[in-house]
Amino acid sequence: MTAEPVTTEHVTTETTLQSSLHGMVADWSSDQRSFKSASWGKAMMWIFLVSDTFVFSCFLISYMTVRMSTTVEWPHPSEIFALEIGGKKIPLILIAIMTFDLITSSGTMAMAVNFAYARERRKAAILMLVTAFFGAAFVGMQAFEWTKLIHEGVRPWGNPFGAAQFGSSFFMITGFHGFHVSIGVIFLLLIARAVWRGDYDVGRRGFFTSRKGRYEIVEIMGLYWHFVDLVWVFIFAFFYLW
Amino acid sequence: MTDASVPQNVAPPPAEVPEVELYHAHSWITKYVFSQDAKVIAIQYAGTAIAVGILALVLSWVIRLQLAFPGAIPFIDANVYYQSVTMHGMIMVVYMLTAIFLGGFGNYLIPLMVGARDMVFPYVNMLSYWVYLIATLVLVSSYFFPGGPTGAGWTLYPPQSILTGTPGHEYGIILMLVSLILFIVGFTMGGLNYVVTVLQARTRGMTLMRMPLTVWGIFAAAVMALLAFPGLFVACLMLLLDRTLGTSFFMPSLVELGERKDYVGGSPILFQHLFWFFGHPEVYIVALPAFGVVSDLISVHARKNIFGYRMMVWAIVAIGVLSMVVWGHHMYISGMDPWFGFFFAVTTLAIAVPTALKVYNWVLTLWHADIHFTTPMLFALGFLVTFVNGGITGLYLGNVIVDVPLSATLFVVAHFHMVMGIAPVLVIFGAIYHWFPKITGRMMDERLGKIHFWITFLGAYAIFFPMHYLGVLGMPRRFYEMGETAFVPASAATLNIVITVIALAVGFAQSIFFYNLFKSLKHGAPAGGNPWRAASLEWQTPETPPGHGNWGKQLPVVYRWPYAYSVPGAPEDYLPQNAPPVRGERSP
Repeated sequence: MTAEPVTTEHVTTETTLQSSLHGMVADWSSDQRSFKSASWGKAMMWIFLVSDTFVFSCFLISYMTVRMSTTVEWPHPSEIFALEIGGKKIPLILIAIMTFDLITSSGTMAMAVNFAYARERRKAAILMLVTAFFGAAFVGMQAFEWTKLIHEGVRPWGNPFGAAQFGSSFFMITGFHGFHVSIGVIFLLLIARAVWRGDYDVGRRGFFTSRKGRYEIVEIMGLYWHFVDLVWVFIFAFFYLW
Repeated sequence: MTDASVPQNVAPPPAEVPEVELYHAHSWITKYVFSQDAKVIAIQYAGTAIAVGILALVLSWVIRLQLAFPGAIPFIDANVYYQSVTMHGMIMVVYMLTAIFLGGFGNYLIPLMVGARDMVFPYVNMLSYWVYLIATLVLVSSYFFPGGPTGAGWTLYPPQSILTGTPGHEYGIILMLVSLILFIVGFTMGGLNYVVTVLQARTRGMTLMRMPLTVWGIFAAAVMALLAFPGLFVACLMLLLDRTLGTSFFMPSLVELGERKDYVGGSPILFQHLFWFFGHPEVYIVALPAFGVVSDLISVHARKNIFGYRMMVWAIVAIGVLSMVVWGHHMYISGMDPWFGFFFAVTTLAIAVPTALKVYNWVLTLWHADIHFTTPMLFALGFLVTFVNGGITGLYLGNVIVDVPLSATLFVVAHFHMVMGIAPVLVIFGAIYHWFPKITGRMMDERLGKIHFWITFLGAYAIFFPMHYLGVLGMPRRFYEMGETAFVPASAATLNIVITVIALAVGFAQSIFFYNLFKSLKHGAPAGGNPWRAASLEWQTPETPPGHGNWGKQLPVVYRWPYAYSVPGAPEDYLPQNAPPVRGERSP
């Protein structure tokens, strides 16, 4: 009795799989475009993100390698990254807030994309500003964390807690990620301004590029922002939880 | 040719997206200097690459003079020698070959060959060139800093590359690393353009399997570069931090000149992994465009379709994929688990399969063909010979046990110069002779071209073939002086002198090429739109040289592959890609 619906579902899945495979083959053997639903800009951002994934992978793999190859003991993350609040040391509290902050910003970004496509300019722009605020707050908290560690004597070339590579990898990888977030915040502000003014409705030309933009740029910006978020999850896992 | 004249069943589907607005330059500066036109950017890229390539050529003379007449030339001391070796290698591989194939030919040919009006992001494309130019200037500027450029060898292996014993440790190494980082940033902007243009901006009827192999080669190389350059980027950044901030990513604890350095616990092998994760794909980033171009040259000048087009495409893809997992074969003598050596040897030798397939297909294209010995064809044939030669010595070096004694000898130098030095350079010359008429509207001088070919081809062979022999004798590479090396017979020194004399002569003979280039620019015979009677799309532009937007009012519509030569029943011995189908034609 119960077997029948399962079989039906199974068949459906298989046909969907097969048809989507056929669809992919058809797209790639066709003329003009290989990704039929992607614009030039979106395709470019996706391919850039693949390349950037390789950059961050190289960083993280290098970090793992030096962590394994050094003979000195690695500092204990839950002690290093603890904050003293009300006389009690709470491990990883700042990093938990930072991660929560960044993931929240992904949510507001997704809402901004939705409103931009609905041409609700004000809402989209405000949500992008909120996203930029969360991004800036993240970078601010990172600056706070850097300051705290530097006060405790952590330097790129050494630290009192253990292996010198701890400071090197930490400042380099979080710095490189923070740089990505900062670039994202700048572009969020620029695009939010353009959306607010209605540049994409009246076809106003860009200052540098002298080209007209489209509301799709909000979604492309979103792709970048979600990627930076996702990378943070990996840095968080490998650096703070390991 | 409107669609009305074409039967419905062969007409390609209608345009999927409306055309985007073109950027129109309105001043001389935006038209020729800060240009957003891929064709102008291509010339800028190629011009810069050739200029810096000439510098690298001169540096190779310094190397050769020292090897032939050790200590005889006053200004060549050990520092100058090592700096010349380093700069020659790095400039030739990255700033010349990569830039000219992807930035030069990629920019010029991709939009024309796939039927686009320009690259998809012309503004980013312009930035790409200017960042590349800055990278080049930063690199060359190291000659004007105290200590000069770095002499660490083009591989820049730490710890020696940043220690005080190495020439250029003050500023040279920093400028080198900054320049490489800039190059990668600039390349990424260009590379994204090339990839997206090929994937998303083809004209009606232009399927992936109707693209000329040139586009396939450049496309695959651009994808590989986007995945391989991150390794170099990270390696450069970390080495820069080791040098400037005193971090210890790559630097182990060590004593230098009796003094204990502050470095502690880094991993020099990590740098080698990162470097070669870029470095090996880099070989194919240079080779794949050459493969593509040579396929087109052979097909056009032998008036025959390329043999096994689909196999050629899949071979390019297979080489691209395999080349990402072979980097360890550069590190056999760095100390490696034997199982890893086994793995890397197997993948390395596996690349020989798709590569040999390509060579067979080139030869089979020539088989019973109507071969025209034009200058581009001669260069293509020269490529075939040098590439097979260099590829076969690659099989020797891919095996761990053969590599161990041969590595760090001149055998390796001979091998990689044959396979990724001479072979791609011959293709570049062939390509310039082939596409010059399209770029300028004038032909280059055939007689001077043939003289240039024979001197370059025979000369290059005379330089690098004997070098294998020196390597087997055990003559080490990268040595300023041989010193007490009793196992090397005296005849080796004579051979070194012969090689140097030929190298100087071949180098100077390149002036024939530049004379021809500049003379033909003004006085070459008018070429017309399609002097080689070629079928691919770039020869079918309404104007020659192609105007802004390439195609006039209407984009071309493609009905067949680019290799329709000697088609039975066709009015001419070739059918352009955009000519409407003839009756009963069954074309790929």
